[in-house]
Amino acid sequence: MEQKLIVDGKRLDGRALDQLRPIEARAGVLKNANGSAYFRIGKTIAVAGIFGPREVHPKHMEEAETAILRCKYNMASFSTTERNRPGPSRRSKEISKVMREALMPVLFLENFPKSAIDLHVEILQADASTRCAAINAASIALADAGIPMKDLIASCSVGIVEGHIVLDVAGKEDTEGDVDLPIAYYPKRDLITLLQMDGMVTKEQLKQLLELAKKGAMKIYEIQRQALKSKYMEE
Amino acid sequence: MILLNSREIIGGLNMAERELVIPGDLLGEGIAGSGTYMENGKIYASVLGLAERKDKLIFVIPLNGIYSPKTGDGVIGKIEDVAFSHWIVNINSPYFGVLPLNEAVTDFVDLTKTDLTKYFNYDDIIFAKISNVTKTKSVQLTMKDRKCRKLYGGRLIKITPAKVPRVIGKGGSMVEMIKKYTGCQIVVGQNGIVWIKGEKEDLAIEAIQCIEEKSHTTGLTDKIKEMLENEEGGNNGTKANS
Repeated sequence: MEQKLIVDGKRLDGRALDQLRPIEARAGVLKNANGSAYFRIGKTIAVAGIFGPREVHPKHMEEAETAILRCKYNMASFSTTERNRPGPSRRSKEISKVMREALMPVLFLENFPKSAIDLHVEILQADASTRCAAINAASIALADAGIPMKDLIASCSVGIVEGHIVLDVAGKEDTEGDVDLPIAYYPKRDLITLLQMDGMVTKEQLKQLLELAKKGAMKIYEIQRQALKSKYMEE
Repeated sequence: MILLNSREIIGGLNMAERELVIPGDLLGEGIAGSGTYMENGKIYASVLGLAERKDKLIFVIPLNGIYSPKTGDGVIGKIEDVAFSHWIVNINSPYFGVLPLNEAVTDFVDLTKTDLTKYFNYDDIIFAKISNVTKTKSVQLTMKDRKCRKLYGGRLIKITPAKVPRVIGKGGSMVEMIKKYTGCQIVVGQNGIVWIKGEKEDLAIEAIQCIEEKSHTTGLTDKIKEMLENEEGGNNGTKANS
């Protein structure tokens, strides 16, 4: 028999429909990186490291008037229940690309002409919304590296499960739900810098979904800020 | 202990002195200094750091970041390459420095007969001044300054370039204090490289690393002084016992 994903307005993990999973965020976790961050949301764990601005290699990628941002998203082979083949895949390339595009609007790359900023995100444990966790970790790491930026980017996912609009899709909801819609949000300008979706929604539903996603992103935004502050506040 | 949020209101403006800010934080109105940006007439922080205000100027002292070369800075660099009439110097930055021959040597050099490695060889460590930085970030170095010289022996340590002013202290007070207590020669480059030579190198390095770690706290000079005094007392104690 199929298990119901939502019973009496509660989800499989006991959350309300508009509740995020427990979040933990820390800045400055890698010693050798210029900036780094750890971001955990429920069972999804992402670690981001920033290297640079540094010299560009290979030289032909260099831009005379601006820095280039190179993103690399990678899922550890042990991050899922079934071991996944290590190395680049179509999926990881896509996520690297959309991640870069989600972060670009806030960065002042023109401050570092002829240089490269390398961003590496490793997913240590995956339980849905890994690209959101990756973007959140990346955003904290960029600020931690002292790279000038206009704002932090916060990201979270929303979805439709058994006809209900839910915040922060997790686990079974991702694989068996009807809609999964991750967004990245630029709070200061009220811009959405990443929007992907699978499934079908009506215009009305999409409006509601985005409304909820922005609310969730703002909560994450606060947590990101707190993570950066606590690095310097504690003795 | 840390007084990051010491709410000292300056000039009736609602901004704390030395407040920890995060990219995107609103800093008020005025003139946008370094580490800030302006949008719709308001100033926001662009880097993670400590916000300060001097009259109308608002700026943020970054807590982390790489070294971006500025004209007039004294830097410690390593000779990376020797070319026909100049040296390529690694200055701990995404951009390398170029030290032309005429900026390094005062006497006449016949380029057809002289091997430039006799002045500066590969891997030599020099203290040089940045004479010019172009828009495209090509960095010109010069040795025509009293302080500029080749550094022999000693040890090099790297610190976050944003914390160099802390290591130097007001008018060089901090570095002078470490010199006094350890008897070491210390040269601090604006690019975050510190050269130390002397008998108590370890103590000096420890002190500098301590400054880097606690750079955002108040009363730093006293803390370091205490640390150096304790260390000295401890060493004397062991000597007396043995």
